[in-house]
Amino acid sequence: MKRQVPVIITFIVGAVLIVSVFFPPAERLGENFSVFFDIIAVFAFFLGGGNLIRIHGNKIYRRQKDWAFSAVTLTGFIVMLAAGLFKIANPNGITGDVAATGSLFQTLYYNIFYPLGSTMYALLAFYVASASYRAFRAKNKEATILLIAAFIILLGRTPLGVYATGWVPESFSLLQIPNLAIWIMSSPNLAGQRAIMIGIALGVISMSLRLILGVERTYLGVDNE
Amino acid sequence: MNKWGLIISLTIIAAGLLYLFIKSIRGRDVERRFIFLFMGLAVAVPILFNISFSEKATPIVKAAFDKIENLPPGSKILISFDYDPAMAPEVNPMTDAFVRHAMAKGHRVYFMNLWATGQPMVATAIDRIIKTEFPEKKNGVDYVNLGYKAGGTGVLNVIITDIRKMYLTDVNGINLDSLPIMNGIRSLRDMDLLISVGGGLPGVKEWVLFAGDPGHIPVVGGCAAVSAPLLYPYYPNQLMGLLGGIKGAAEYESELKRKYPRFAETPQPGIKMMGPQTMAHLVIMAFIIFGNISYFVLKSRGE
Amino acid sequence: MTMRGANRPFCRFGLSFFIILLLPAYLCGQESIAPPSKVVAYDFKYDRGEAVELSWQLSPDDKGNGSISGYEIYRAEDPLDSFISIGFVSAGTSSYRDKSVYKGQSYRYQVATSSDGHLYFSEISAAVVPRMELINWNLLNLFIIGLFLCGSVIFFISHATRGKKLFIRKIAGLEAIDEAIGRATEMGRPILFVPGINDMDDVQTIAGITLLGRVAKVVADYDIRINMPVSRSLVMTTARETIREAYMGAGRPDAYSDDMVNYITDEQFGYVAAVDGIMVRQKPATCFYLGAFFAESLILAETGNSIGAIQIAGTAQPAQLPFFVAACDYTLIGEELFAASAYLSNEPKQLGSLKGQDMGKLLAMIVIILGVLAATVSQMGGGQFFTDIHQFLSNIFTVQN
Repeated sequence: MKRQVPVIITFIVGAVLIVSVFFPPAERLGENFSVFFDIIAVFAFFLGGGNLIRIHGNKIYRRQKDWAFSAVTLTGFIVMLAAGLFKIANPNGITGDVAATGSLFQTLYYNIFYPLGSTMYALLAFYVASASYRAFRAKNKEATILLIAAFIILLGRTPLGVYATGWVPESFSLLQIPNLAIWIMSSPNLAGQRAIMIGIALGVISMSLRLILGVERTYLGVDNE
Repeated sequence: MNKWGLIISLTIIAAGLLYLFIKSIRGRDVERRFIFLFMGLAVAVPILFNISFSEKATPIVKAAFDKIENLPPGSKILISFDYDPAMAPEVNPMTDAFVRHAMAKGHRVYFMNLWATGQPMVATAIDRIIKTEFPEKKNGVDYVNLGYKAGGTGVLNVIITDIRKMYLTDVNGINLDSLPIMNGIRSLRDMDLLISVGGGLPGVKEWVLFAGDPGHIPVVGGCAAVSAPLLYPYYPNQLMGLLGGIKGAAEYESELKRKYPRFAETPQPGIKMMGPQTMAHLVIMAFIIFGNISYFVLKSRGE
Repeated sequence: MTMRGANRPFCRFGLSFFIILLLPAYLCGQESIAPPSKVVAYDFKYDRGEAVELSWQLSPDDKGNGSISGYEIYRAEDPLDSFISIGFVSAGTSSYRDKSVYKGQSYRYQVATSSDGHLYFSEISAAVVPRMELINWNLLNLFIIGLFLCGSVIFFISHATRGKKLFIRKIAGLEAIDEAIGRATEMGRPILFVPGINDMDDVQTIAGITLLGRVAKVVADYDIRINMPVSRSLVMTTARETIREAYMGAGRPDAYSDDMVNYITDEQFGYVAAVDGIMVRQKPATCFYLGAFFAESLILAETGNSIGAIQIAGTAQPAQLPFFVAACDYTLIGEELFAASAYLSNEPKQLGSLKGQDMGKLLAMIVIILGVLAATVSQMGGGQFFTDIHQFLSNIFTVQN
């Protein structure tokens, strides 16, 4: 029974969502399922928060290895939660926008959360450089083509590309690096992307059918047999 | 002083790269920390010495600009900030430019978020741009901030037919029915243009698939450079225009400046950030060359 | 907010009377601009009765010389209510879709030429009532394609169940899973499993969790530590259930702990920071990245690379694939992620679904080749026949408005 109920629910919801595309009267039902998911997702926030407190609370209580990191995590979680929930120092009071100018939430957001997030994202610049250094090597024909394409795109995305080939006459404008970069992105790259996307779309259809028909049940923690 | 500082910094970078070049010729790999150090310098120097370049809008950015420009004043434009603070430095210049353009043109703007952490950025954009540069514009009449709702694409699935099923009030708790800007607005289908700025999920692609396509509403996008190739297939049929990364933002800013001289003195973070991006690209190219040199040296030695 | 019922007391003859009778008188003496003619309103087909399509013949003065700024669209509810403006379109446009109507309510329309701040009204259109249709015939092509794809998947599933042998090519990334887990056993280090940053409503996450089921079985058998930080609470619950079942299947339910799967944060880069920290501190021997990834893909994979872990990645985010290919040992590209569970299970039913998927690919390839050929020949002046074929194929794969 424990195994059958989720499969039946999956089948009904999946079938209704497919049908609702083709039958306008069923559209509302499809929307309602989306709303149900939203409601569940909102309640799941509590589940995640509870788990965070339990795991890190345990770590601090038992003074496990790296418990100090857990203390930072919990402090951040509680302070930010309180600032948002009780709208501390919010000029518009409890009914105002959570991120109103002057509120504690906004102060924490712009002075801690914002720079920390940007810093993590900025790491990409460094990792792109180190990964390019390792990956773009002319080991064979295909890798060499990839290397040349990478060079053109890198140059084409900067004003330097414009200066470097600005002298090429308009009749050969495709040979100007920015135009060449656009051509690579919009022709060979686009063709490859579309092929991958067609494959992915078919993969999604096949996977979804396996789930709807109950052929695939590993995600429920049970064997398919 | 600035000039000499710049010359000294560029000389240091060039000398360092030359040293690594010699190491590569000897068949030695460049250590990861050196790559990181040079990337840091390549980004920092142009910021410190304010190096920037002029930009010209490419067709895909021009199409986005023209779409907003050609809508009659008073058109209804929804702008969704679908990103978090992490991505903000790259995509904030786009939302700034879109908001400035829409306001200057006299459109009505509806703000919302599909990312919880994006909501404060709308409030800031309103304070920083609308309230200071367009003080005559009124909340609830010329613009409204609907705020964030959880559910990602689920939210789009619902508001495509009924906005009030998700949003009963704006972020300040004011009933939508009491706001003049919401008169005659029942669903996303009543919008003249949807603009999504963001690089993750839900983002531009979801706005195309779950709102633009089923509702036959034009969509314009802005995204992080890394996501741009994924969105090219949707242009020009499903996506009217696209701003990809800082370069896209810089091109839009230059177009805005050209068309509206009043913006000549306003901050142009996109154009400003093209300096660091150019230098970073050059350094990456240098490292790719070094990697290949050491690879071929080692190969010729049979290692 | 609906305009339904607005100004009822003054309705019926109110504004419409003014517009029809008084306005032309007011306009006498001014340079006359012709209004649009033949205003036709009809129900937009195959929806829930929420749109009306409007078309008209352009004003003869609409010559693109700027004398006309556009057309103002007016609507009144039947029985004749006051006309209110519902939209404006630029000069040269002769259609409008009113998407703010209610099913079953009758409407009439009027279109006015706008010039120099003056309006020149057309005749009032015949009444139209938007209705809901039972079937969206506009999507017939999509239905047939969907039927073909789903039908072929279901056919091959049942075909495989009857014991037919199916060929499936080797996928290196999946072949390497056992080797990667074996390495963790030898080194006595944990395995890190990252299921992407999306929720359970993303099929990529489900594909990642199905692979977790396979990995967890081996992990339970060999008593290896597995660490699974997640960014969604629903994923946490599902993953715990999956791993618990695997441990029960291995006959070692006591060895399972809820702490194997822990929720970090929904915030993308907060999550990445935490996972990077776990990697650097625990130095896992093997890292799996299977699910939906975005900008964090390279940060995770490069950190994994720096600690010398063997890395297997899989995602259907095309923009992130190059990063995984550059930094990981094996990458499952797009559809391979969805095929992985079927591939590893070696079950006929699941393998059959992959074969059905291939039929879809075959269809796509045939149509693309035919379309390209027809378009090329038609461009080279090959005649109407090829243009028609090209148009036909385009229409098949176009979702109608």
